[in-house]
Formats: sequence, structure tokens, C-alpha cells
Amino acid sequence: MSDIAERVKKIVVEHLGVEEAKVTENASFIDDLGADSLDTVELVMAFEEEFGIEIPDDAAETIQTFGDAVGFISKAS
Amino acid sequence: MFDLSGKTALITGASGGIGADIARVLHDAGATVGLSGTRVEPLDALAAELGERAHVLPCNLSDMAAVEALPKQAVEAMGSVDILVNNAGITRDNLFMRMSDDEWQSVLDVNLTATFKLCKGMIRGMMKSRWGRIVNISSIVGATGNPGQANYAASKAGMIGMSKSLAYEVAARGITVNAVAPGFIATAMTDKLTDDQKSGIMKQIPAGRMGEAHEIASAVLYLASPEAAYVTGTTLHVNGGMAML
Repeated sequence: MSDIAERVKKIVVEHLGVEEAKVTENASFIDDLGADSLDTVELVMAFEEEFGIEIPDDAAETIQTFGDAVGFISKAS
Repeated sequence: MFDLSGKTALITGASGGIGADIARVLHDAGATVGLSGTRVEPLDALAAELGERAHVLPCNLSDMAAVEALPKQAVEAMGSVDILVNNAGITRDNLFMRMSDDEWQSVLDVNLTATFKLCKGMIRGMMKSRWGRIVNISSIVGATGNPGQANYAASKAGMIGMSKSLAYEVAARGITVNAVAPGFIATAMTDKLTDDQKSGIMKQIPAGRMGEAHEIASAVLYLASPEAAYVTGTTLHVNGGMAML
């Protein structure tokens, strides 16, 4: 697993308090990992900080799964 | 009680009577204050009066680019903003049938849209620190309406609806969002009224007098304090009994 994926996973695990094994490629933050909509906003904020990037609101809305997040951040950073 | 030591507060409209008193009261309680307003001279004078822990942050709230820049400037000056007081407001009164689009829009822009943008700009830092206080200064007329003030009343009612909605969203993050709705307060705005107008208003106020700016500021202090952590989405009416809501 890439370094980016590891760092994203760490943020998700810490923020949502879920087991690492549950954070799979297609795991949806809301449907599978128990996030509410505000949690997803906070996750995006945490990604921005960790990777020093800016994720605009319309892009943030497309980040639904762990895989989406890793994909977006890999492209942006 | 009401110790704000170590907290930072941004107050818009701090060049006006109520805003200046809000800044004084929060500063007295130990907060570092950011004084925002359009007119620099009264802001400088207030900062000089307060001494340490006061920063002047001029901003014209009808200039949306300036509004969007203000949160960043406030954080640069104070390190964070724990308490946001949206106090700035304008009036452009006219009878509804004569009210121009510009009179409507300019009041909505400054009173409601700038409040929205400042809340949006500040909420991120508050979410991260899991503590925040937003106090939006509404008005009695936002609840009761007032002839000649359709634009102002709409903007002030809008602030209340917006505050409640935001309060829902951020309550679990230790952030409260409330409104204070002043009645008739002795300020430069009400000084302009004639004696006849004043006595007419006075008859409608059970307390028999106009309110003082510091009485609004005291309500803001309470809502900004750690003691008010369980109060959110409410509107605190400070009006001498003029409207018991």
C-alpha cells in the first residue's frame, strides 16, 4: 500500500474510530464506516492539512470512499 | 464568573455604539479582541482605550472580497478566533412599495450575507479546536417586523434562521451559535429620533426606558462564556419587555 494510502487510513481510523481492517478500497465513509456528513467535512479538512493541499467543495463531494480519497490526494499532491 | 482569559474574539461593527461595548465587555473578561469596522478612526480610539489584547481589523462588509479576507486577517493577528460576534448592520429604510432593489440588496448583503461568510470562514478553526462561540446580533424587528424596514427585518430574521441551522450542525463539536435581539437601544442611530418619536416608542416598553449598549454586551458575554456551553440555537431578547418572545 502506498505511503499516501497509509496516511489516509491513519486519519480515517483515528477520526472515525473504526478498525483498520474495515478501511478497504471501496469502504464508504458514510455507509460503511459510520461517518455523518459533518464527519466527512472534517475528514477532508484533515486530509488538506496532512497533505498540504486544498480540496475545493465540489471535489470534496466526490470523495465518498477511502479509495476516492486516496485517488484524489495522489493526483493532487 | 464569565472568564474569557486566553480566548480570542472578533467583533464586527466595533466602531458603533453596541459593537464597541461588546468589545469592551469581552476584553474586560480577559479576551483578546479583534475590532472590525468600516471607520478606522473610532476603531483606533477604542484599541487605544483598551490597551493590550486589542487588534484593529478594518473591513467594509459590503465588499465581499474584503469579507472573505477578514477571517484570515483575524487569525493572523490573534492566532485563532474562538468567539465571533456578528454585530455590524446597516439600515436603508423605506416603505415597502417604494423600496428599490438596491436598498433591499445592500441591507441583505451586509447584514445577512456577510454574516454567513464570516461564520463560514471561522467555523473551520472552531471545529478543529472543538470549541467555539458565534453570537449574531439580530433585532427585535426580526421577530416582530417594522413598517419601513422590510429589508432590515428580513435580514435580521434571516440571521436567526441561519443561526439555528448552523447550531444544529456544529452542536456536537462544542460550538454554540446563538442570536441576541436588541430592542430600542440608546445609540447614535436612535439619537436621531425626534422627542415625539421617542415618547411614542417609550409607551411600548414596559421597562419605561431605552436599553443601554452595555446591556446588549452583557448578553453577548454570557453567550460567549464557557458557562453557556449548553445554550445553542436560541435568541436572547434584550428589549425591556417590548416584545415577550
